[in-house]
Amino acid sequence: MPGGLGRVVRIPGTPISFRTHTRVLAVGVALLVVGFVLLVLAVGTGEYPIGFGDVVSTLLGGGDQGQRFIVETIRLPRALTALLVGAALGAAGAIFQSVTRNPLGSPDIIGFTSGASAGAVLQIVVFDGGAGPVAVGALVGGLGTAALVWLLAFKGGEGVQGYRLILIGIGISFVMVGVTNYLLTRARLEDAATANVWITGSLNGRGWDQVVPVAIALAVVLPLTFVLARELRMMEMGDDAAGALGVSVDRSRAGLLLLAVVLTAVATSSTGPVLFVALAAPQISRRLTRVTGPGVGSAALTGGVLLIASDFLAQRVFPDQQLAVGVVTGVLGGVYLIWLLWNEWRGNRA
Amino acid sequence: MSVTVPTRAPVVAADAAVAPRRASPLLGLGLVLSLVALLVVIVLSVSVGSRTIPLDRVWSLVLSPDGSDEAIIVQDLRIPRTLLGLLVGGALGLAGALMQALTRNPLADPGILGVNAGAAAMVVTGIAIFGYVEPTVQVWFAFLGAGLATVIVYGVASRGSSGATPVRLALAGIALTFALYAVVQGITTLKPQVFNQYRFWQVGSLSGHDASITAQVAPFIGIGIVLALLLARPLNTLALGDDLSRSLGANIARTRALGALSITLLCGAATAAAGPIAFIGLTVPHVARAIAGPDQRWVLPYSLVLAPTLLLGADVVGRVVTRPGELQVAIVTAVIGAPVFIAIVRRRRIAQL
Repeated sequence: MPGGLGRVVRIPGTPISFRTHTRVLAVGVALLVVGFVLLVLAVGTGEYPIGFGDVVSTLLGGGDQGQRFIVETIRLPRALTALLVGAALGAAGAIFQSVTRNPLGSPDIIGFTSGASAGAVLQIVVFDGGAGPVAVGALVGGLGTAALVWLLAFKGGEGVQGYRLILIGIGISFVMVGVTNYLLTRARLEDAATANVWITGSLNGRGWDQVVPVAIALAVVLPLTFVLARELRMMEMGDDAAGALGVSVDRSRAGLLLLAVVLTAVATSSTGPVLFVALAAPQISRRLTRVTGPGVGSAALTGGVLLIASDFLAQRVFPDQQLAVGVVTGVLGGVYLIWLLWNEWRGNRA
Repeated sequence: MSVTVPTRAPVVAADAAVAPRRASPLLGLGLVLSLVALLVVIVLSVSVGSRTIPLDRVWSLVLSPDGSDEAIIVQDLRIPRTLLGLLVGGALGLAGALMQALTRNPLADPGILGVNAGAAAMVVTGIAIFGYVEPTVQVWFAFLGAGLATVIVYGVASRGSSGATPVRLALAGIALTFALYAVVQGITTLKPQVFNQYRFWQVGSLSGHDASITAQVAPFIGIGIVLALLLARPLNTLALGDDLSRSLGANIARTRALGALSITLLCGAATAAAGPIAFIGLTVPHVARAIAGPDQRWVLPYSLVLAPTLLLGADVVGRVVTRPGELQVAIVTAVIGAPVFIAIVRRRRIAQL
C-alpha cells in the first residue's frame, strides 16, 4: 500500500487541484487505455469486421459510407452504452459502499434495483410494454422504492441512520423481489423469458437513446461526487468521527446517496440492472489501486471496462445467440474477484 | 460493561452500554409465548385451506383416520406440509442467526455462503442436462450444489494465517454467489424450457412436495439444529472481536468452521426441500435480537421458534387470500413480514452485530 499522502496534481490554468497517489493515476490511465482499446475492438468486430486503423479513422470522421453506417448507428452506441452504464454503476457502487461502510453495499440496499426490476417486469408481463414503457416502469419502480425506503428510515430527531437504512432497504427489497417472482410465475412463458433477460441486464439493441441520458447523468453527477469526496472519506470513519471533524453527516449522506441513486436510475433504466457491476467494480478497483478510501473515479473506470469487456465476450462466446451481458459480468466479475481475494489472502493481511 | 474492540470499537462499546440487560425470566416467558403462537399456527395450518376442516374434526381425524376425503387431505397433504414448514422455517431462522453472528454483518443471510446460489445452479444444470428431474432427486442436486458452494467460499476465505474473517466470508461468498447466479441466468435466458421449470422452483413454496422429501432432509436439519444451539456460547465470545475472544481462550477457527457446517446443513436442506426462501433467514434474527438483546443463547432459540411461526402463518394466509388458488409462501412471507419487520426496526434499537 503506498504510504504518505500521495502527491498533489494541479491542472494548469484552473483553480482545480487534487491529491492522489502515483499508483492511482497509473491505474486510471491504464484503465482508460484498456477501455479505449476495447471500444475500438468492439466497434471493429462482428459479422462485418472493420480493421483497427479503419475504426479509428471512422471515429475521427473518415471511412467509407458503409463503415460509417455500421459504426455510427449500430456498434458505437452499443459500446458507448456499455462503457457509460458500467461507469455509472461502478461509481454508484463505490458511493454506496463508502456511505454504508459495508463491502456488500450497492444500490440494491436502498431497494432501487429490486424496485426497478418489479416495475420493468410489471410493464413487460402485464402491460406488454416496449422498450420505452419498460424504461419508465423501471425508473418509477426504482425511484419510488428508494424514496419509500428513505422515508421509512427517517425518524424525527435522529435523521437517517446507516444501519436502519440498510435493514429497511432489505425489508422493502424482499417485497419487490416477491412481487417480481410472483409476476414471473403468472406470466406467459415468452413474456417471463423477456423479463428474465431484462432482470439480468442486456445491451442487445441499445443505441443512442441510451447513450445520451447516461452521458448527461455522468457529466453532471461525477464532478459533484468529487466535490463531496472529502466528506465521503470522513464518513468512512463512522458518523461520530465524521461529525467531530466538521462533516454535516446527515446532509452529506442524503446528497451522496441521491447522486448514487440518480446514476443507478439512469443506468438501470437503459440496460436493466446489470448483475454485479456495482458491487464488484469498487472492490476490484480498490485492489488494483491498493488505496483505501472511496475511489469513486477509479471504480467508475473499472465498471466501464468490466462492462465493455463483458459485452465483447457476450457477443463472441455464443455468436448465434443473444447472451445477456449480465451473465458475463456476473461470471467474469465473480471469478476475477475470487481470484483477487485468493491472491490477496495468500499472505497474512486481513 | 465496556469493552474495547480494535476494529469496531465505537459501535460495540456504545451498544453494550445502551442495550438494556433483559431479565431471564421475562425472556423465558416470551419464548413460551412464542411457542404458543407457533402451536396456534400449526393448528391453523392443518385445518385451513381451499377446503377448511373444523378443528374438532381435524383432531378426530388425526386420532382415527376414517378414509374420507378429509382424512386424506389432513394426512397426505396438510400434515406433511406443516411438518415441512416447521423444519424449513426453523432451519432458515437458525441459519440466518448463525450467519449474522459469524459474519457480524446485518446484510448476511445464509445465502452469503453461496448456499442458495449453489443449490440453484445445480438444479438448473440438472434440468438443462436431463430435461426433467424428479423432485426427490432434485433435492440431492440442490443439496450437493449448496455443499460445494460453501466449501469453495470457506476455502477461499480461510486462506492465509488469519483464517476466515467475517469480511472475507462475506466478500468471497458474494463473489461466488454472483458468479453462480450468473450461470443460472445464462442457462435460463438461453433455454426458455429450463426457465419454465426453474421459475416455479425459485419462488420457494411449501406446496407440492410429498412427505418423502421432508423425510429426506429431516436428519440434516436435525443435526444442524443441535450443532447451532451448541455454538451459542462460543458465538457470544466471538462477538467481542477476534483479538479479545482469542485472548479469552476461544477457538475462533473451530467456532467458524462448525458454524459454517451447521449453516450448510440447515440452509442447504431447507433450500433443497422448498426452494429459496430468503426473507426469513435475513430478518427473523433481527427481530429476535430486538426482543432478546445480543445474547446468542436467547437469540438462537427465539429465531428457531419465530421463523417457523412466520413461515407457517404466511403459508396459511397464502392459501386463503386467493382461494381456491394459492400464493407461494416465499412471496407471502415477504409481503406480510416486511411491514412487521420495518415497524420493529423503526421502533426499537436493535442490538448491532
